[in-house]
Amino acid sequence: MARSPLRFLVLILAISICHAAGIFHPISDSHRSAALDLFKPVDGSFASLEEAYEALRTFEVLGIEKTAELSKAICKSVLGTLESSSSTPKDLFHALGVNGILKCSSKEETFEGIISSLQAVVRDANSLLDFYYSIGSLRLIKDQTSKTDLHLSDAEGTFRSIKALSQSDGRWRYSSNNPESSTFAAGIALEALSGVVSLASSEIDQFMIGAVKNDIVKLFDSIEKYDDGTFYFDEKLVNMREQQGPLATTSSVVRGLTAFSSVITESLNLPGDKILGIAKFFLGIGIPGDTKNFFDQVDLLACLENNRVSIPLILSLPSTVISLTKKDSLKVKVNTVLGSHAPPLTVTLVRAFSSSARDNSIIENQELKFDPQDAVYFLDDLPASFDVGEYIFVFKMLVQDSEQQTVYATGTLTQVPIYVTGLIKIENAKIAVLDSDLGSVETQKKLDLAGESTVSVSANHLQKLRLSFQMSTPLGNAFKPHQAFLRLRHETKVEHTFVVGSSGKKFEITLDFLGLVEKFFYLSGRYDIQLTVGDAVMENSLLREIGYVELDLPEPPENASRPPPQPVDPYTRYGPKAEITHIFRAPEKRPPEELSLAFLVLTILPLFGFIIGLLRLGVNLKNFPTSAVPATFAVIFHLGIAAVLLLYVLFWLKLDLFTTLKTLCFLGVFLMVVGHRTLSHLASASAKLKSA
Amino acid sequence: MARSTGKDAQALFHSLRSAYAATPTTLKIIDLYMGFAVFTALIQVVYMAIVGSFPFNSFLSEVLSCVGTAILAVCLRIQVNKDNKEFKDLPPERAFADFVLCNLVLHLVIMNFLG
Repeated sequence: MARSPLRFLVLILAISICHAAGIFHPISDSHRSAALDLFKPVDGSFASLEEAYEALRTFEVLGIEKTAELSKAICKSVLGTLESSSSTPKDLFHALGVNGILKCSSKEETFEGIISSLQAVVRDANSLLDFYYSIGSLRLIKDQTSKTDLHLSDAEGTFRSIKALSQSDGRWRYSSNNPESSTFAAGIALEALSGVVSLASSEIDQFMIGAVKNDIVKLFDSIEKYDDGTFYFDEKLVNMREQQGPLATTSSVVRGLTAFSSVITESLNLPGDKILGIAKFFLGIGIPGDTKNFFDQVDLLACLENNRVSIPLILSLPSTVISLTKKDSLKVKVNTVLGSHAPPLTVTLVRAFSSSARDNSIIENQELKFDPQDAVYFLDDLPASFDVGEYIFVFKMLVQDSEQQTVYATGTLTQVPIYVTGLIKIENAKIAVLDSDLGSVETQKKLDLAGESTVSVSANHLQKLRLSFQMSTPLGNAFKPHQAFLRLRHETKVEHTFVVGSSGKKFEITLDFLGLVEKFFYLSGRYDIQLTVGDAVMENSLLREIGYVELDLPEPPENASRPPPQPVDPYTRYGPKAEITHIFRAPEKRPPEELSLAFLVLTILPLFGFIIGLLRLGVNLKNFPTSAVPATFAVIFHLGIAAVLLLYVLFWLKLDLFTTLKTLCFLGVFLMVVGHRTLSHLASASAKLKSA
Repeated sequence: MARSTGKDAQALFHSLRSAYAATPTTLKIIDLYMGFAVFTALIQVVYMAIVGSFPFNSFLSEVLSCVGTAILAVCLRIQVNKDNKEFKDLPPERAFADFVLCNLVLHLVIMNFLG
């Protein structure tokens, strides 16, 4: 039930837009179709009885049929709630509300048990909502079973307890230990009090009823308004626990107000324009998008349709545009808020004046005739002095039967903006190329703006281009349209727009190319000419390609500004992109293969030379140990060296340093051990030889 | 004068040759090994001069390998030479073991640098 500030802002926006229109329309068929879309049952029924009641009440007011399955499903849940002993007064209230619409059950037994428990709640209640739900339920039971003997045990005491919760400014508190008061609670309290009066066995003290009437008057002092004549109630404090928006608050107050006024004997003296203002507020929100708002709107309008305070009558116009060419007549409708017929009225057009000349009224005090077939008030012919333009019409309506005048709220004056449209004569259109210094005409061509023909002219930067035409209203007066533009578009899609100036009826623009050369970015070539003349009241507004001009401009100097880049077609973004050629580092020059091989052979040659030299020196292996153990060691030593050299070759070819080093470790240690043995053996052998 | 210089050179050359013949065979082997190493280096330099020094690390490693092993041979020769008073107590096998070990280490580094 809490409202968000955002929704309120949206509401204000909607209302401010409606303010520009100034017209309020009663409920129409678009409301009915919107209601069907909005109040859609989920799984054959509604989520809660409260929602079901809102939907059914809305359908009832708008005259929408309910389906049989829906009624059956809801009735089942209604009966379940009524027969259950654990239902709260709130559940019973909504169930009885639905029952009143669907008429599921009117058996006495169903209600017997409930009545006694509700009477007990009324006796012991001390919060406003308890009073509201219990008294409301009892009242609904009385209406549905036509039990004329259903009365509250202590009506005056209950009335007094509810009245005790009221504040001096007309608002009500929810309970005695809650100091915050709210306008929404005032509405609930008024409804509860009306229930008490209707359920009382004897008359309530008139003094207390008078006190409540004073509260209502004080409540109306706190009503808020907008400039367009709409009134509404809203909560003052912003940070209450459950903040109701203006729709729910106003709806609650009006519901309570109309209920209270229907049970008391005298009438409430409330200003009719405020009631009318509330009706306009609710009609001005259009079609709400929320079920709760929709229900509040429709329920309030239903309350206002037939209330005892004053019934608002809404003046609306089916169309605010009058076309002189179609010879439209002014039509005005007056209805109640739900769109029903109003009583016979006299509708007068008090004043009609142009919005630019407010003091000069063209029509004064013209009574509109009534067409009973369409139920519409109309003015046959507008006087001949009505030219195209924007006007404001001021209406006044009065109920014909003077006794009924207090029953209805018609407001004072209603201002409506009217647009009178017509065909504007455009004639004498021509385009000319002039020589700059002499002003003499070089070429001049007539333009047919109504047709499809195009012209072509050519000019260079020393000349001027002049376009001229005349515009006048159907009555022959000068007419200044909202838009009169001349646009030149180059082949490269660069555009330049100029405003066509006017003096009286004559419209003319002269483009001096000498001064425009820089603005045109020195682009020569073909420029398409486009003329736009438009206004809201002009029925023949035009946007036409007149033709083209071949423009010859000088070459751009060095520091001329370039035309702005035109927007790229967005679809080219996903096309193929330019090819990228990579540049690699040129590989180093390598010697030819044969040369390398030749030098490889040459490098091996010294080795052979070494071996041959060794042989020539008479190298021998005499010192090689002959006995077994040293011999093996010697052999292993030589093999070890060979292995290390082989490891180096492998290292160069494919191994990495770490594996090589690891292997070298083992080999090296091995080699050193073996080598040491071998060489020490040799050393001892030679030492023996020396000593011997 | 040139003739006397030439005759002196010839006489010098002959005396050198005869003196050399007296060196022990082991030392001659070492000398031959040294000559082989230097000669290989020279051939490599000629090759580099012809084709350019593109893989410069290869050229360097090759030259250093030859030169390094020649130097180690020189050290071995010094240590093994019986006429050398400094190294009298050093057994030639020990010198040879040093020679082999240092060569192995040199060649490991060379192989790494060869690329």
